[in-house]
Amino acid sequence: MTLDEILIGLFPNGGDIRVTGGLVAGTAMLAGEGPIHVLGIAQELPLGVDEACALAQRVIEIIRSGDRTPILLLVDSSSQRMSRRDELLGLNEYLAHLAKVLLLAEAAGHRTVGLLYGGSAAGAFIATALATHTLVALPGAHPAVMDLPSMARVTKLPIDVLKAKAETTPVFAPGLDNMVRTGGVHIVWDAGAPLAAQLAAVLARPARRDERDRLGAERGGRRKAAEIADRVVAIAVNSHPESQHG
Amino acid sequence: MTASTAKTSSLSWYEASARQRIDALVDAGSFQEFLGPEQRETSPHLAIFDLPQQFDDGIVIGRGRLGGSLVLLAAQEGRFMGGAFGEVHGAKLTGLLRAARKLKQNVLILFDTGGVRLQEANAGELAIAEIMRAVIEARRAGVDVIGLIGGRAGCYGGGSLIAGTCSSLIISEQGRISVSGPEVIETNKGVEEFDSRDRALVWRTMGGKHRYLIGGADIFVDDAASAFRQAAIEALEIKRQYDRATLEAEQKRLERRLQRFGKTADAVEIWQTIGIDEPTEIPGLPTDEFLRRTANKREDADDAR
Repeated sequence: MTLDEILIGLFPNGGDIRVTGGLVAGTAMLAGEGPIHVLGIAQELPLGVDEACALAQRVIEIIRSGDRTPILLLVDSSSQRMSRRDELLGLNEYLAHLAKVLLLAEAAGHRTVGLLYGGSAAGAFIATALATHTLVALPGAHPAVMDLPSMARVTKLPIDVLKAKAETTPVFAPGLDNMVRTGGVHIVWDAGAPLAAQLAAVLARPARRDERDRLGAERGGRRKAAEIADRVVAIAVNSHPESQHG
Repeated sequence: MTASTAKTSSLSWYEASARQRIDALVDAGSFQEFLGPEQRETSPHLAIFDLPQQFDDGIVIGRGRLGGSLVLLAAQEGRFMGGAFGEVHGAKLTGLLRAARKLKQNVLILFDTGGVRLQEANAGELAIAEIMRAVIEARRAGVDVIGLIGGRAGCYGGGSLIAGTCSSLIISEQGRISVSGPEVIETNKGVEEFDSRDRALVWRTMGGKHRYLIGGADIFVDDAASAFRQAAIEALEIKRQYDRATLEAEQKRLERRLQRFGKTADAVEIWQTIGIDEPTEIPGLPTDEFLRRTANKREDADDAR
């Protein structure tokens, strides 16, 4: 689906959403009630220092408004921008800052929903889609940490061998289905059904703590993460000196 | 100086293992490991690639005392899979940070990582996202999370994004922070964009001195375990706020950096712009001289991180 088709499907009541230089910004009316802020990264744009800073500024403006309305983050990006300039300027701080303001918005009462409708990879994926409260995707979305040819180079394994291994586990190979099974994507929407209703259903879910590791365990894609994290919490709490002495 | 620190004062942080770093960092004998190697919690995924496992999956976590105060600690082992984040490795850190929020106990993360472990890339990527969220939730509960960076593997990829969520960062000259590593940029964009064999370029673009000068790290130390220990004790004494004002200040700080340095081509130009005399000498300066020459000139990130 194109971005325009997606926006029409999501917001039949219309909105004012613009795409400038690959960045999405605006507001729309939800089919049910009330407004929603829309922002994002489109056209497979790589996420560099300038884009991350602009997106973060927009999120901060939304938080300042104090309206506690939901935020939809649309994602069709490349990876982080790989350049000498971006790293010279401290890209890690810009990407982390974007993730931090999205988490702040959530803490300030804005439900944040990520909609992955195209590509996204590595640092760009972490700083955008994976920093939202609920990440949903449309069929055809293609998240990746690294593409298989690059992975073949780094792991020094032939690509056919990698492809064969990818059949046996969702844990390393790129792709939407693998990201669903490992718990990163909450749900894949039905492109043939009204998107507005599917967005309303996501917004109607009560807010909850990070449940991705638990989803990964339930779906069989990441069997150990939740259990290991829980055990560490239990050990840390039970061995805390003050809990032992009182 | 106490006997315990005197004994380890000459230990190079860069050369040390994760366990040596923890031993040298905390008050003598105070470290208690969680989910240690005897539990044999190894990666279930490396066997698919016929790769050896390690019983701690390349990260040591636990609790110790630092200058008398209880802290939670995590140390990555850069010599195992480049310190990369896999499912178990990442979940150990996620659990530690969730515990920190519950217990209101400060955390030290001893980074030494190339980023996500490709053999379990999806699990590693999600672990990074979970850890970042756990860091932020701990900080919102009043916990300080301090990163120490000076290991052989640097602090790359997703590790550098986690570093960007920490309340303060201690770095040595050998510490490197970068999302894309030199080889990754060169492979994807060509040697004209970044020559990964030009080590001087790598150090001045991603290394500890440059990060310290632009406000990407807060405390600059010698490559010695005793120096990291002293800096960690000092960092723990400063309570860092974390709220909307912090992020508004960070936004301003990062915008200002783009305005001031966005058109510069090289770190030396940036150092010149902030008013450092003889900026080409910066890479060769010993720590005390470096700190003396850059005092009151570097960009700081106090209360804006």
